[in-house]
Amino acid sequence: MSPWITAAHAIIQREVLRFVHQRGRFLAALVRPLVWLVVFAAGFRAALGLSIIPPYQTYITYEVYILPGLCGMIQLFNGMQSSLSLVYDQEMGSMRLLLTSPLPRWWLLLSKLMAGVAVSILQVYVFLAIAAGFGITVPWVGYVLVLPALIVSGLMLGALGLLISSTVRQLENFAGVMNFVIFPMFFLSSALYPLWKMAESSALLRDICAVNPFTHAVELIRFALYQRLEPWALLWVVLGFAMFFGLALVGYDPARGIKRRPARGG
Amino acid sequence: MGGRMTALSVQDVSYSYGAKQALRDVSFTLTPGRFTALLGPNGAGKSTLFALLTRLFVTGQGQITVAGHDISRQPRAALSQIGVVFQQPTLDLDMSVQRNMSYFAALHGLSGRDARARIDAALDRLNMRERASEKVRALNGGHRRRMEIARALLHDPKVLLLDEPTVGLDTASRHAITDHVHTLTETGLTVLWATHLVDEIRPADDVVVLHRGQVLAHDRAETIAGGAELVDAFMAMTAEPEGTPA
Repeated sequence: MSPWITAAHAIIQREVLRFVHQRGRFLAALVRPLVWLVVFAAGFRAALGLSIIPPYQTYITYEVYILPGLCGMIQLFNGMQSSLSLVYDQEMGSMRLLLTSPLPRWWLLLSKLMAGVAVSILQVYVFLAIAAGFGITVPWVGYVLVLPALIVSGLMLGALGLLISSTVRQLENFAGVMNFVIFPMFFLSSALYPLWKMAESSALLRDICAVNPFTHAVELIRFALYQRLEPWALLWVVLGFAMFFGLALVGYDPARGIKRRPARGG
Repeated sequence: MGGRMTALSVQDVSYSYGAKQALRDVSFTLTPGRFTALLGPNGAGKSTLFALLTRLFVTGQGQITVAGHDISRQPRAALSQIGVVFQQPTLDLDMSVQRNMSYFAALHGLSGRDARARIDAALDRLNMRERASEKVRALNGGHRRRMEIARALLHDPKVLLLDEPTVGLDTASRHAITDHVHTLTETGLTVLWATHLVDEIRPADDVVVLHRGQVLAHDRAETIAGGAELVDAFMAMTAEPEGTPA
């Protein structure tokens, strides 16, 4: 095996094993979208009438509508969380070890992103299985076809997380990221309401939603679940990934977690 | 001296954290197959230097070469010749000894039979083969450290860097680890051992004394001691004049 593949494989395997061992993190990652699906959607369905919009071919319930958005939300949280830990304390030791590898740094970081994506996909599938248990299902082929969409969207969101944690000094804890990144991205997207609905209340908000890369990640997932490719969303997500990852590589400084307290150590 | 005959060479390296200068024109060259202690009090700049040697930090000032490879121009070739043991443990406690080792081997592109053979040999040397499937959490501090040293050598580096590797260990483990690393030089390995503890250094070892980011001395320990105790010479060298803020 090529050294590149060997290393990437090991990095992904380690991350997945660690995640499976951390039951608390697994549970937290599942409870969040399930609360939205079971509690929020049940209360909200009556308030929102949905018309037939692609990719759906019939009237759908609100739970069905927000399912892809919640898959995206899992990936959004996961992407931010794993990228933050990559730059700050928790993973500092293991990052130092990782960076002693003679492989190029961009490859090591990409492998780390892929590892985060693998973990997020695991979460999404468990979530989809539980949702199916509640009777919220998609066509079975959709469960397979959504996989490539999840890979691309997960990479884009992970790269965004890496970019933010590498460059924005103020956002060094999860609460900050939650307030200033996750919530705006999630609410200003098509995850909870279709864009035409948003346009009814404000054209400006609709436009913001339309340029939000998270909207396109959600739409990519939504269309893939119904066996359709949304090329515009794919393009947007891929471009977003390339841009975020490129900028993150420039901004990434592995020393950051240490430099904040140069007085420590010898 | 920057040629291929030297294992590790540091030339005129400076580094600052903003306005605070951590290293100032640091230069020294390690002789292959020797144990060199990087001796300095806390805050001397040892960890900063280690971060530069492992390319965690990058500085435009000065040159670092490992086995003839300039770390800023040929980072991959240089890194493949370095084994590192960091001050903070970097083991996954909830994974087995074997898995920790194979993860690191994979980071250096080693897999399959080759990796397994190297890991088995490393564990045999530590008499830990039968504990390969145990979780690292079950090992005591001394064993964990030995394991990290063995892991750092899996890819046969020419230089082994250890940043205060005995921190947090009891006296017996500390001596055992110090002895162990000294014997490693018999195989031709070059060792740079950062410490602030003089008793980890033997008279025949090389010593680089680092203080306030500058090299104060580089010689054999016995020469630096000048017939007295090394600790006294070290204290005299690094004593703060009265009234100087630490």
